[in-house]
Amino acid sequence: MTVASTSPPLRRPRGDGALAALFVAPAMLGFLVFLLWPTLRGVYLSFTRFNLLTPAEWVGLDNYVRMVNDPIFWDSLTVTVEYVAINIGVQTISALAIAVLLQRLTQSAVLRGIVLTPYLMSNVVAGIVWLWILDTQLGIGNEIIAGLGFDRIPFLADETWAIPTIAVINVWRHVGYTALLLFAGLQAIPTDMYEAAKVDGASEWRMFWRITMPLLRPVLAVVLIMTVIGSFQVFDTVAVTTAGGPANATNVLQFYIYGSAFGRFQFGYASAMSVALLVVLSAITFLQYRLTRAGHTDLG
Amino acid sequence: MTTLTTPAPAPTPTPARTAVRPVRRAPSLGRIAAWAVMAVIVLVTLLPFYWILRTALSTNAGLAADPTNPLPVHPTTGGFERALGLQSTKEAIAQGGAGGGLDFWRYLLNSVVVSTLVTGCQIFFSAMAAYAFARLRWRGRDTVFGLFLAGLMVPAIFTLLPNFVLIKQLGLVDNLLGIALPTMFMTPFAVFFLRQFFMNIPREVEEAALLDGAGKIRVFFRVLLPMASTPVITLAILTYITAWNDYFWPLMVSYSDSSRVLTVALAIFRAQTPQTGVDWSGLMAATLIAALPMLVLFGCFARRIVSSVGFTGIK
Repeated sequence: MTVASTSPPLRRPRGDGALAALFVAPAMLGFLVFLLWPTLRGVYLSFTRFNLLTPAEWVGLDNYVRMVNDPIFWDSLTVTVEYVAINIGVQTISALAIAVLLQRLTQSAVLRGIVLTPYLMSNVVAGIVWLWILDTQLGIGNEIIAGLGFDRIPFLADETWAIPTIAVINVWRHVGYTALLLFAGLQAIPTDMYEAAKVDGASEWRMFWRITMPLLRPVLAVVLIMTVIGSFQVFDTVAVTTAGGPANATNVLQFYIYGSAFGRFQFGYASAMSVALLVVLSAITFLQYRLTRAGHTDLG
Repeated sequence: MTTLTTPAPAPTPTPARTAVRPVRRAPSLGRIAAWAVMAVIVLVTLLPFYWILRTALSTNAGLAADPTNPLPVHPTTGGFERALGLQSTKEAIAQGGAGGGLDFWRYLLNSVVVSTLVTGCQIFFSAMAAYAFARLRWRGRDTVFGLFLAGLMVPAIFTLLPNFVLIKQLGLVDNLLGIALPTMFMTPFAVFFLRQFFMNIPREVEEAALLDGAGKIRVFFRVLLPMASTPVITLAILTYITAWNDYFWPLMVSYSDSSRVLTVALAIFRAQTPQTGVDWSGLMAATLIAALPMLVLFGCFARRIVSSVGFTGIK
């Protein structure tokens, strides 16, 4: 190793190889055993027939052929995309609104705390609570709807309502977290820009579109990529509220994968679907990154 | 626009000091509307919590008779007793519950063990690696770090099935260690996050200690790690919450009470309640019990948790 311009005042020409090996070893072990190896193995398993009991048997592209011809797979992909679209749409707009309100209206730490509370609950808790609130017979949500003179809505038992309902339940749990991420981004915008705009007579609405949105864009892009990836992995809420029903209406991809693996012991097929999900996620991340120019900032 | 032709407006002499701080005007209509929206957000956020409590303290018969009563109907602790398995089966069924309860203390202990193990080990090992990536000079450092970063791109779901196969082969299914192991050593995010922090500590800090004759291991444990306490605690709290709330992986790995964590136990309790005439009061009591530890944690660290969210996302 050359001691170049960065040389510290100390005489330490040799590297810290041995020490570094010691320090990186545990993390490296975890990385290799529980991240890299499973990733490679997942791809391998997708080309096999494997039921956990007998050794994996190489079947080439069979699982992928089956996947392409499996209407349930396409249905569950469609359902997942529908879920993600609603979840991300509602969540991003609400989070943005909350973040802007938190910034422009008050800087109250208490309000920020309140907004984050649902994030502390597990998806399981959130799912069960909303299952109760939205219950057709006794749920307070439906009691209010009935009280207002409308028909009761079987939110989680109806094919058209189930996915939007689950999407909104997860918005309830996650929106505060997303809002705080955006709020942190907003804090980086110098306040004198707003003051200057105000002097020029700009309205809040105009300031939002002319200052907030352009300057928040890079943060918004990163947050969007993170939340879309998270959103595609929906499972817990579905598992405790509808278990994929009614009639596969909420059979999201992750639920179908789980069912294939642990319900029918088709680990090879389940792995192939995981690979498909990985490809979809990578493509989306790449596209989003490109489209939103996430790496750039307008804040010089 | 013809900005070029018009000369910049001469700086008008500010009329005295009155304009420096805008006088508190009567709240505008827009501001009132904005506060109204904020109030609705707070309501939607918090009301479900109250509704859990109100339901948990009601009887099932009372809930059916008076579903809109804002107060507990026929207040009772029966729901909690059922959730905790303190009622006899006969009594539980009479009150609308199922036979099984939650072995709450056991699941609580399991959750604590798993979350503590994951948080403690993950952050300690990640900090060591982060230090090596940020501060030590060794061959292949950037390549290895790049590899770790690439791991950030692999979504959790992808490694779950192969990891299950591995844990099964290791004979750790239905074992708390099996639940903790995959995230116990590192996550790419934790390494990345802490490396960022170590990179920003001035070299002089380290060098002063080295000149005093301390070894690098000592410098790490005695100087740099204590300096990193803020990001470490931040990361620890969020890791703890995530580990505590995890459901999918523990569900895959645990089969019996010995390794069941609270989230899984709660979902099972939910699946057990009668499909017709659900035991809502017992279910809400169980929900509250399962959520309580995180609410207590929040009560203690609210300010820190709130500020850490922005910290982890952006920095």
